[in-house]
Amino acid sequence: MRPRALLLGAVAWIVTLVLVFPLLWLALTSFKTELQAISVPPLLFFTPTLEIFAEVQTRSDYLHYARNSLVTSVASTLLGLAIAAPAAYSMAFFRTRRTRDLLVWMLSTKMMPAVGALVPVYVLAQTAGLLDSLTALIVVFTLSNLPIMVWMLYSGFKDIPPEILEAARMDGARVWGEFRHVIRPLAMGTLASTGLLCLVLSWNEAFWSLNLSAARAGTLAALIASYSSPEGLFWAKLSAASLMAIAPIVVFGWFSQKQLVQGLTFGAVK
Amino acid sequence: MNRLVPRLLLAPAVTTLLLWMIVPLAMTLYFSAIRYNLMQPGEREFIGLANFEFFVTDPDFWPSVTNTLVLLGAVVAATVVLGVGLALLVNEPFPGRGLVRVLLISPFFVMPTVNALMWKHMMMNPIYGVLAWVARTLGVTPVDWLSDHPLSSIIVMVSWQWLPFATLIFMTSLQSLDRDQVEAAGMDGANAPQRFWFLTVPHLARPIAVVVMIEMIFLLSVFAEIFTTTGGGPGNASTNMAFLIFKQALMNFDVGVASAGALFAVVLANVAAVFLIRMIGKNLD
Repeated sequence: MRPRALLLGAVAWIVTLVLVFPLLWLALTSFKTELQAISVPPLLFFTPTLEIFAEVQTRSDYLHYARNSLVTSVASTLLGLAIAAPAAYSMAFFRTRRTRDLLVWMLSTKMMPAVGALVPVYVLAQTAGLLDSLTALIVVFTLSNLPIMVWMLYSGFKDIPPEILEAARMDGARVWGEFRHVIRPLAMGTLASTGLLCLVLSWNEAFWSLNLSAARAGTLAALIASYSSPEGLFWAKLSAASLMAIAPIVVFGWFSQKQLVQGLTFGAVK
Repeated sequence: MNRLVPRLLLAPAVTTLLLWMIVPLAMTLYFSAIRYNLMQPGEREFIGLANFEFFVTDPDFWPSVTNTLVLLGAVVAATVVLGVGLALLVNEPFPGRGLVRVLLISPFFVMPTVNALMWKHMMMNPIYGVLAWVARTLGVTPVDWLSDHPLSSIIVMVSWQWLPFATLIFMTSLQSLDRDQVEAAGMDGANAPQRFWFLTVPHLARPIAVVVMIEMIFLLSVFAEIFTTTGGGPGNASTNMAFLIFKQALMNFDVGVASAGALFAVVLANVAAVFLIRMIGKNLD
């Protein structure tokens, strides 16, 4: 059994390294100079430099886009939690015959492909003067994440034993007090993981940010798209900007992978 | 009081989602029946099904339907087959398994525009790219991936992104596979392929169905990868439904025709959604 396990392990490592090679290569390239980045054959050993990172900032104002990404993802997450948490709470603790149908209906709104709503959302944003505004992005991100958030919070709240709540109600706790003193401490984990997943999804969102934003409200996803050409010829800068755009969220993602399965499959896989 | 409070708590979420569903759909239905071009102010008269006719007879229409389905089918097939393989591979303990799992998941958290440009430039460039170097090392002529095989290149990028998702779900599901049962089957003389076919595959049937349907929903709208790399070309070789609708709406400014196309995409997606929702609905209690 032992040699077999070692062999399997070796195969698993090789396959994994091949799969993540593009990312490793991207990271490596961001520490090269532009000339080293396009050397033939590709350069594996070189003296790393940090100057490209500074150049990305001065040339394309990385921080402006990073701020937009941060604002849109944090704001849409908080707004989403504010709308979804009460709804999930209501469904988990005041069940009625219609709760299930309501939940299924909410999930069904997520099934609409984004492109189906592109035209009306674009026209609405244009009419309201909200094209290329953070507000439009925050609203759209919130709406498209809302079903996932309601579902994740609902399944988290459902696991809180109702006896605890009944005891609190006997002591005369009102709904708000009940939520604050009884549910919140117990549900912090669910709230945190839902928020985390929502941050990841909003940060990486590309469809809406490409279509609704430009220089002013552009997120990092849009900034990177602008490297398509001719800036894309500068591989070191493209790599450095990309690395700075994905590093924080990939690390976040590692911590939220369990929630990802739950959230994206709506709990159909346990 | 006892009935009012829960309803009030529900109201914001229900209202916003209701608006999010009904308003775009109603607007799309309306736009699809009128003449409406953002660049031609004037009367928006009712023109019946003319927008649909225009969209369907566009020479890019059938290629885009085919491309959408090929892209969807290829990515789903690749991610399910490779995903099951990978999940089985990392299911047994070996040194550094924790780290391997974390690394394997990483591509899913990479934003689509980074994914696309990384592949377009650093990997697939016919002169400076890593794949070109590999080809030359092996003594083969490097391929200009994005010009000669645009759709296949997009398939590689999207599969690379979604393979971790499939793997993660299969890994999660394999953890609940009854190990005693597998061992007992082994004792009773079932060999490895038999154990895989009669125990693992049935166990994975549900997660596979879920992966297929979730990918269907997301992959019908693949956009950023095409937008940043091929721009739908050369010609219409890598134009899918989402990109064609985008082109009609934001490049030709024809809201009416784009809306007709959007309705088409919604119908496509809903076929998948009906099944998915039925499966999830059973799982709620």
